[in-house]
Amino acid sequence: MHYVKQFLLFWYDFIIGDDWVVAVGVAAALITLSQLVQRQINAWWLMPPAVVTLLALSLWRETRKRQ
Amino acid sequence: MTTSSLVLVLSAFLACAVEAVEALTVVLAVGVTRGFRIALLATATATASLVVLVVALGPALSLVPLGWLRVGVGTLLLVFGVGWLRKAILRASGYKALRDEAALYEKQKRAAQSNGAPAPASTDWYGFALVFKAVFLEGLEVAFIVLTFGTAQGSIRLASLGAALAVSCVAAVGVVLHRPLSRVPENAMKFAVGLMISTFGIFWSAEGAGIAWPGEDLSIFGVLAFLTATSFGLVAILRKTQHRRLPSAGALPGTTS
Repeated sequence: MHYVKQFLLFWYDFIIGDDWVVAVGVAAALITLSQLVQRQINAWWLMPPAVVTLLALSLWRETRKRQ
Repeated sequence: MTTSSLVLVLSAFLACAVEAVEALTVVLAVGVTRGFRIALLATATATASLVVLVVALGPALSLVPLGWLRVGVGTLLLVFGVGWLRKAILRASGYKALRDEAALYEKQKRAAQSNGAPAPASTDWYGFALVFKAVFLEGLEVAFIVLTFGTAQGSIRLASLGAALAVSCVAAVGVVLHRPLSRVPENAMKFAVGLMISTFGIFWSAEGAGIAWPGEDLSIFGVLAFLTATSFGLVAILRKTQHRRLPSAGALPGTTS
């Protein structure tokens, strides 16, 4: 059990990294995008600002922690 | 060679060079303190394990339909890339200390020395484990980038070429200098890799989700320019707040890995 936990923690840390908010935000943005695509909206403009907003949010969380 | 192929080789090269510099620090520290035979043996074993991983997983990934692959790979790359970018921005703005390879080398050397000298004519498993772990873990990130970029762009060979060139360059410089590469602009390289990975992540995940990019592949440059400009903007904002917080800034916190 210990090794399984270590294994899962390694992959969590490797992929998700320091802030889970980014992973959840990216998933939410992609779900929103696929909903828009299903309604025939070519929402190519959605992801770049969504990612920058997530990056800014994550940086804000980190710097607030350090302050 | 098309522009997207060039970007692919360059991304793999930069990502691999950053990781190779970090691994070289540990290889040299163990080599100097515990002998180069064990350090090189562990490096070769870790490299071979990574090659097996890429060779085994590469063809398996190519069996997945391209649309699904691009959503999956794009999402993973995006999360991964934003993580790199986040760390690079924190370092560039002074919120996180820059990596100091020379200090890390001394720290690794002390750690390797403190475990006692290896008995002659026996295998130094401590030194082996130290180097294997460092090379394998640093290499895993590269293998991940090579596999995902290579598969989504349809050329694992080109991505591997970038990675092989980077490892050869860093290894050659390491052999000549025999000390860690402390003058490499590591954060700038990490910044560039973070931008590239995030750009491809956005491009592939959105395309896989069903959108059509205006200008097709050329929009990669638009996304890259947008991310670069906003990231520099974020660095400038954070530098200002860091300056206000620490009026004597310029003095950065201690070394970090």
